[in-house]
Amino acid sequence: MKNPIRTSMACHAVLAAASAGLLFSCFAGEANAQENRRRRAAQEGKPVELLPEQVAGLTKIANERQLNVDDLMAAAKTFTPSGRHDEYVLFSSGGQSGQVFAIGVPSMRLLRSIAVFTPESWQGYGFGGKDDHVIESLKVNGTPVLWGDTHHPALSETKGDYDGQFLFIGDKANARVGVIDLRDWETKQVVKNPLTISDHGAAFVTPNTEYVIEGGQYATVLGYGYAPPEEYKKSYRGMVTMWKFDRAKGRIDLANSFALELPPYWQDLADAGKSASDGFFFINSFNVEMATGGAEKGNPPFEAGASKRDMDYLHIIDWRKAEAAFRAGKVKKINGFPVIMLETSIAEGLLYFAPEPKSPHGVDVTPNGQYMVVAGKLDPHVTVYSIEKVKAAIAAKKFSGSDEFGVPVLDFDAVKEVQVELGLGPLHTQFDDKGYAYTSLFLDSAVARWSLGGEYATMHPEQPWKLVQKTPVQYNIGHLCAAEGDTVSPDGRFLVSMSKWSVDRFLTTGPLLPQNFQLLDISQTGTTMPVIYDLPIGVGEPHYCQMIKADKLKSWKVYPEVGWNTRTQQLDANAPKQGQEGVTREGNKVLVKMTAVRSHFLPEHVEVNEGDEVTWRITAVETAQDATHGFCIGAYNINLSLEPGEFEEVRFIADRPGTYPFYCTEFCSALHLEMMGYLHVKPTAGHAAAVPTTGTSRDSK
Amino acid sequence: MSNLIRSLVGPRVPLEELDAHRGRYLAPTLVFMLARVVLLVSIFFPYWHMELDAPQYPNGLSLTAYVNHLTGDVKEIDGLNHYIGMRPLGEAAAFERAASVWMIIAMFLLVEGAAVIHSRWAVLLALPAVTFPLGFVADLHYWMRTFGLNLNPDAPLSAAVKPFIPTVLGEGGIGQFKTFATFGLGYWLAVAGAVLTIVGFGFHRHAYKPLVDRLDRERRAHP
Repeated sequence: MKNPIRTSMACHAVLAAASAGLLFSCFAGEANAQENRRRRAAQEGKPVELLPEQVAGLTKIANERQLNVDDLMAAAKTFTPSGRHDEYVLFSSGGQSGQVFAIGVPSMRLLRSIAVFTPESWQGYGFGGKDDHVIESLKVNGTPVLWGDTHHPALSETKGDYDGQFLFIGDKANARVGVIDLRDWETKQVVKNPLTISDHGAAFVTPNTEYVIEGGQYATVLGYGYAPPEEYKKSYRGMVTMWKFDRAKGRIDLANSFALELPPYWQDLADAGKSASDGFFFINSFNVEMATGGAEKGNPPFEAGASKRDMDYLHIIDWRKAEAAFRAGKVKKINGFPVIMLETSIAEGLLYFAPEPKSPHGVDVTPNGQYMVVAGKLDPHVTVYSIEKVKAAIAAKKFSGSDEFGVPVLDFDAVKEVQVELGLGPLHTQFDDKGYAYTSLFLDSAVARWSLGGEYATMHPEQPWKLVQKTPVQYNIGHLCAAEGDTVSPDGRFLVSMSKWSVDRFLTTGPLLPQNFQLLDISQTGTTMPVIYDLPIGVGEPHYCQMIKADKLKSWKVYPEVGWNTRTQQLDANAPKQGQEGVTREGNKVLVKMTAVRSHFLPEHVEVNEGDEVTWRITAVETAQDATHGFCIGAYNINLSLEPGEFEEVRFIADRPGTYPFYCTEFCSALHLEMMGYLHVKPTAGHAAAVPTTGTSRDSK
Repeated sequence: MSNLIRSLVGPRVPLEELDAHRGRYLAPTLVFMLARVVLLVSIFFPYWHMELDAPQYPNGLSLTAYVNHLTGDVKEIDGLNHYIGMRPLGEAAAFERAASVWMIIAMFLLVEGAAVIHSRWAVLLALPAVTFPLGFVADLHYWMRTFGLNLNPDAPLSAAVKPFIPTVLGEGGIGQFKTFATFGLGYWLAVAGAVLTIVGFGFHRHAYKPLVDRLDRERRAHP
């Protein structure tokens, strides 16, 4: 029986080999399903060849619609067929709407708004009943301030490049910064600056998002204090706040954040240095005159008083040294917040000024970090500063003096690289991948393309530091934004002009007109730089935007698990599971555990007594993409957006008896209208008579 | 008693005969072994796969059945099925799914037994493995039929969707959905196991039938 034993051993050897192959085989089924989907999704277009009759058809349409060849080319560059995705996403400030807009490029289709400083009902942002966490987060000095003037979005960066993880946005009116998590495109945090009422230079990030920079603007008494205008120089101060960002938590870390006191000039835009200028950031200022206005009293008005001098100050701040000073405790607490005072900044060499032509607007650092471009606003030049020269001047103490507060002022000629004349009203500058810079010209209503020098000089055919081309835009351009145009590696290709006035560009929409986002094709060199699309923005006056390559965004399609708490970004133990639904009571506290799934809520009847404190927990037990439910209780000011997997909790006092239908506010399914239930608030004894049995009508007298 | 066992197990091969015709006696053992391995491996591969296409699901939905579990968009399909009053898929073939792995292990051992038994009784031991693929399809069809024909009459879409028999293989449709059902690699491995078992019996018969016949002749000669 030797052979059977040997055979059996051979059997087992083969079995062992087979089991080793099993690990691999487990994945085979999944790969098969994916392959099927890929096959279905692939609709590869063949190269276009226009037949003569098609050319004739196209020509006919073009002539009927009065389109020229440039228009046809523009349409071809921007038209994005159904189902095709955009290459870039533009995250734009939503201006006074207090929101952020996400727009696809090159199609210029509005993809979404993201509520930040203003309650927004579709997203269920700020409509979660009593002590709603959104409303709580929007409080300023204890009072909900339910709007914001969003200005500058800042995508989080790693090594000076967008990483697609977070988006920050400043609220100028109330000096707040919002933090948006780009996994679910939802605002996770709003911080209020404890020093200043309003700001301007927010938000800008350092190259690895160590800090979110919030520069102030209109000087006040730091910590919300009072002082009359006569005490302006003595008591008013400017500031810049360095919000420490905790990437792992996805939150600004207030305990490790600090500010620097600045003279009461009006700080404007900021930009963080990168590469060669890493460790510094730069802020423009105006009103170094410290004009205090009061035109009604016969004083020079602000607009004249604040632009009297020829030069204002570019603020150059060494933030790593500032961080060290903060950590060493060289701060004073104002309104409980650590502030590095001016004398410390001067003594420690944290702060230097460089003269800049008066009332500048943007300061923008070139991709290699070597140059800071300051746009003149009231001066037809952009002034380019060299970080090497700045560092050398600081080291050699090449000062032309100091300001009234003792801040050393670097010698202008020692730090200036070049001035380039572009036209009237230069405001902001962005960059491309071909060694060009692009500056918005407000008064000229144009985008200027100009050539950079230094190591960029070999990248383009032009002379360095020269204006190349101006493309008219309609009208009064503010910010502009090139694809990844403020990072260490701009993409070129597309540029958006954020034109403030649209005047005649669209149908008249009453006296209030939309903004005009104009897409420019900057893919070619030289003088070709056409406008190829106009997008009206009728929701607010956006300021700045940033354009990120769409594939850098790793958005969730649905929440990772059913029962997801979107604030903690993890599974919530309180989220009702299917089978746990019901209503429980302890005294006058009622707990509703509810699930929502197409097409019903469970439970469908909720009975409480007048005056009960109701806690209502809902889990959307959906996993299919886009199977979102809403949940509203009319008259109780409650509306939630329940995205697949999301868990929400609302609290309210059932203080008004009656019969309240609750329903799903998203058209979720064929039986959407049936997805409803009743909240019965039973009147307490003695109250019943006071409850009207019908509404008031004209005939009821 | 030992006679009975001997007649069940069949004749042993004399050593000199084994040395003379090694290949003849190794062949059934090896083919059965291959059949067993293939059958065992099939546990880890999908037996059946259904893709469901509808306008609002551009990436489609899919359902993959292994012998012991279902994967894919089961939750979503259950959610949709509630509209037509079909019971959750998890309630179908619960026993079969629980028992399948043990059944396959049992078949594995039975086929191993068939290799050791040299009488015609070996056929009985291998019968489950040979009929298993057919049984799988029959069972699948049974559950599809049971579920499809027993829709809850109070379901929201009961007026629009009447009881039906879902398609086990190929193209079918229900409501706005088109369905495409195919056998998976696991099923084909099980089929291969069945075929190999049958082939193995060819070799088995070729090797042992003469021995059995000789034994019978000897018995008749010396009762």
